[in-house]
Amino acid sequence: MPEPIGNFSVCSWTLNFYCSVFPTLPVSEHDIMLIRPTPDIRPSEITSRALFEDRRRFLARSGMGLAAGAALWHGLGGDAHAAAKLSTVASPLSTTEPLTDQKSVTTYNNFYEFGTDKGDPALNAHRMATRPWTVKVEGLVGKPRTFDIDDLLKLAPLEERIYRMRCVEGWSMVIPWVGFPLATLLKEVDPLGSAKYVEFLTHYDPEIMLRRPVLAWPYGEGLRMDEALHPLTILSVGLYGEVLPNQNGAPIRLVVPWKYGFKSAKSIVTIRLTEHQPPTAWNRATPQEYGFYSNVNPDVSHPRWSQATERRIGELRKRKTLMFNGYADQVAGLYQGMDLRKHY
Amino acid sequence: MLNTLRAPSGAQIALIKAIVFLVCLLPAFQLALGWRDDALGANPIETLTRASGEWTLRFLLITLTVTPLRRYTGLHWLLRLRRMLGLFAFAYACAHLTTYVWLDQFFDWRAIAHDILDRPFITVGFAAFVLLIPLAATSCAFAIRRLGGRRWQSLHRSVYGIAILGVVHFWWLVKADLLEPLIYAVILAALLGVRAWWRELERRRQLAVPPPAKHLEKKVIRLVQK
Repeated sequence: MPEPIGNFSVCSWTLNFYCSVFPTLPVSEHDIMLIRPTPDIRPSEITSRALFEDRRRFLARSGMGLAAGAALWHGLGGDAHAAAKLSTVASPLSTTEPLTDQKSVTTYNNFYEFGTDKGDPALNAHRMATRPWTVKVEGLVGKPRTFDIDDLLKLAPLEERIYRMRCVEGWSMVIPWVGFPLATLLKEVDPLGSAKYVEFLTHYDPEIMLRRPVLAWPYGEGLRMDEALHPLTILSVGLYGEVLPNQNGAPIRLVVPWKYGFKSAKSIVTIRLTEHQPPTAWNRATPQEYGFYSNVNPDVSHPRWSQATERRIGELRKRKTLMFNGYADQVAGLYQGMDLRKHY
Repeated sequence: MLNTLRAPSGAQIALIKAIVFLVCLLPAFQLALGWRDDALGANPIETLTRASGEWTLRFLLITLTVTPLRRYTGLHWLLRLRRMLGLFAFAYACAHLTTYVWLDQFFDWRAIAHDILDRPFITVGFAAFVLLIPLAATSCAFAIRRLGGRRWQSLHRSVYGIAILGVVHFWWLVKADLLEPLIYAVILAALLGVRAWWRELERRRQLAVPPPAKHLEKKVIRLVQK
């Protein structure tokens, strides 16, 4: 098994200096599993020649033998999923703003289970096998059910939803997600009247993920029922018209565009309807900094930095952050009468 | 070879200095090339800010390593590299601040003032930078002569506090994963700890020797009484 060259890459070695001294992410037999072709992907859909050539050119330019070797390995095996095309329908809820380039969307990620540097997930997430995969929907529902990921993909027509994404750290992107409304899934299981919240639990496998308890694993998130049923809230299975790359939360993740990015849980395995507000990962880690709601709000600072502005990835100058990330017209009503300073 | 290492000649020291100088420039050079080739990742300004800050901390720690290393290896000429290393720490700190003021905030002085006053991690980072200025300004031989060795030394001891502020600055900025700032903190604690230990040894040494002045004192008194 060729061992991926850890966190070592041409441009970020200074940042990863100490991470490479302390390798925390073991490699296991899971590396092998991802190469196995998945039932729904025909060989013709796997990495096109042109895309492959593109990567070769990129690698040639990046110039460093070892890093290039590791990346080539990912290119041949790890990215086989990413190149599979999805057919989608356009959505009126999409923004018309220019898209953040695909390379940035897939190489600049916060997915702490695969390392806390933003380049880590793209290097390490290929270890996660996304088939077989099931999503268990349980709790206060009339018809609890475990869905196979391939059935979920056929649950509803896949839509392209181009959303702004605002990270709590002060940067943002415009991402063409592929997915379907969370409400569609929830209707399948018949929520009971007593269900007030939806809890999301994500995949955690210490064999292939970070073992240091940076956050309480598995990563948990939650929404109020009306937020979960809102038409803007989707479960995403792809981006840029292709199957979701592992580092972006494959095979299925939440996208809630008016909240800070960390609310949109990745690689979901359990959805639980509850009566009481569920615990959420960042709130548990630092309650005074990250609330349950975490709506994008330029007027409420993070205790350690301002949220008034953001840097759109690909742009040099900062831009003003918009209330509810620019989705105020659609979602402000959900929070009428609430003190958003208190419920940050 | 071994003799060279023990006691290099003046020309050899000059050569070593030149090499160390170029090596210290490498991170800056690499970042500049990365900026030019758009190879600093999706958020190049963040990469620059982060890298220049980490190199400032590293150079501070390297500078603080010179004295212990010299003492334990007996390579006294290492001291002659210390000023350059310290000035590199200052240079990277300047690059760090410039990146923040220019690229990150784009001279938005209101936002910058707000940051310095309201965000504790920026307050301590800025304080560390301001405190570095007098050290950099008094690094030449002229300033040492002018101040006098003792005063110069006590001024430059403030680098211990500056390094602590630097690590705190990094510690408070991190969202959840404290591993990296923890590594800097441990190294700094060791470098300061060894100095505290020397001080303690010195104190004990002075206590252990009976002060010879006592006998003299008595004699003097007796003489006077007679």
